[in-house]
Amino acid sequence: MTAGKHKRIGQDTLGRRIWKARSSYLLMSPFFILFFFFTVLPVLMSVGLSFTYFNMLEAPRFVGWQNYIKLLLEDDIFIIALKNTLLFAVITGPISYFLCLLFAWIINEFRPKMRALLTLIFYAPSITGNAFIVWNLILTGDRYGYLNGLLLKLDIINEAVLWMKTETLILPVLIVVQLWLSLGTGFLAFLAGLQTVDKGMYEAAAIDGVKNRWQELWFVTLPAMRPQLMFGAVMQITMSFAVADISIYLAGNPSVNYAGATIVTHLLDYGSTRLDMGYASAIATILFLLMVGTNKLVQRLLRRVGN
Amino acid sequence: MAQNVKLRRRFFRIREKKLNRSMAGNALLFGLMILCGIFMVLPLVIVVNNALKPIDEIFQFPPRIFVRNPTFSNFTDLFVLMNDTWVPFSRYILNTIIITLGGMLGHVIIASLAAYPLAKHEFPGKNILFYMVVLSMMFSWTVTQIPQYVIISWLGINNTYAALILPAWSFGMGLYLMKQFMEQLPDSLIESARIAGASEWRIFWSIIMPNVKPAWLTLAIFQFQQMWGNTGSLFLRNEELKPLQFSLLQITAGGVARAGVAAAVTFIIAAVPITFFLIAQSSIMETMTTSGMKE
Repeated sequence: MTAGKHKRIGQDTLGRRIWKARSSYLLMSPFFILFFFFTVLPVLMSVGLSFTYFNMLEAPRFVGWQNYIKLLLEDDIFIIALKNTLLFAVITGPISYFLCLLFAWIINEFRPKMRALLTLIFYAPSITGNAFIVWNLILTGDRYGYLNGLLLKLDIINEAVLWMKTETLILPVLIVVQLWLSLGTGFLAFLAGLQTVDKGMYEAAAIDGVKNRWQELWFVTLPAMRPQLMFGAVMQITMSFAVADISIYLAGNPSVNYAGATIVTHLLDYGSTRLDMGYASAIATILFLLMVGTNKLVQRLLRRVGN
Repeated sequence: MAQNVKLRRRFFRIREKKLNRSMAGNALLFGLMILCGIFMVLPLVIVVNNALKPIDEIFQFPPRIFVRNPTFSNFTDLFVLMNDTWVPFSRYILNTIIITLGGMLGHVIIASLAAYPLAKHEFPGKNILFYMVVLSMMFSWTVTQIPQYVIISWLGINNTYAALILPAWSFGMGLYLMKQFMEQLPDSLIESARIAGASEWRIFWSIIMPNVKPAWLTLAIFQFQQMWGNTGSLFLRNEELKPLQFSLLQITAGGVARAGVAAAVTFIIAAVPITFFLIAQSSIMETMTTSGMKE
């Protein structure tokens, strides 16, 4: 009898296992119902709508690959936006990731009170939200701008520079502002991760012949905090592809010759101004694939740290 | 070599000097950090000083970062302006309180409810559910904005607070952080309660929740950071429903005539989330220690 019962438990059908876990599903249901409606379904709809013409008034009309063909072959602005976004991601992604790690690493050397203060200083810009509009004052194109004022005083430039109206300067300046904003959740994760590294490992490593802090970082610290490195990478990559607000508020949308256009500003242009939702969905789908693809690729690379 | 290490360790004990730290390295790294620290903090210093500048100093040439005659006139001007707006300013503040508080509370509760089984139960579909949540952190909300708009109109909650609150409840990173934090609670804690006959519901409320307080606070603060910057203009048409951020950004767009008030507004936009972070800083750091991705 008992043996038979045990056997039955071992061979539980999927249906029985689901029934047994009903309380687990019940607890999860509020979150996942909302998650389905506001995250899963939108992603699926975005892919679906990208093959249609949809203006929110009439029912979507199937148009096949037309949106994608138009995007990649006819839409010159999208190509600029794509190029800018990739440039942004390639530059701000790795640099911000590296800076998060570097500052977390240095800050970790300080005593707790100082550590808390420095954490606040470096993290604060990323949570001030729309306060990045203060950069408008710094980058003002006349002599009243802080940056122009400083550079004129130091005789580095002879006349005021129109930072946000000069095509070649828009992207580099936006990259600097984005870096200012980018020490966010990933940075906190790194700081916390450094705290969890077992102090005994450093002493053991010193006995094993680790001679300086750089070796210690590579052979002891980084492998020990690999999970945080993965988490931080997700945060920084997603952030670096989603740049839009700073471009819109500092350079304008559209910016001079679209020099500050990104995939997201282009998406907003079609989605909320021109109401061409099918086309905007195609843009969103491409952005989705870019973000998830890059994340997956980087995760694979990070698994090799310290190996 | 061994001798060297032993000597160094003795040195370490006496002077509490850390292992493997050279003076030159210290100087290089701290120098770099001071430079970058100035870059990070300068815009915020400008925000604070500008908010305290009288009008003539705001338009002074050459521009000066530090205020000479600090005054609160920008803030008093802001209050005067607030009383003149078409929708009373208190209404915007009330809207923001309802939206952010509703978003934070609901999110903390339902994300914790979902995190508990994901962290401590075994059931079919567990991995795929968690994988979807991790995947959702790999793209930004802009990707889903258009269909979200369609769904929200479709659910009939367009132009209500719920249009901002409900999507915020299912914020994936919150669930992720909560689940990772709950995972480190010892299983024995739950086992002994189960043996004593407690229901899962009871275990959740009286054993799990009191033990993950730092994570509640973290989820609430991160949610606040997300919601604070939202102007709600996509989903809210009625002026009386819009949050504070909307009207604040409108003031900053008011041009030269409102430069002083705009400076005060920028200060408020920045100061509120920073203050909240300061209050919760140690809890947030505690939660982030478990944030790592295993794989």
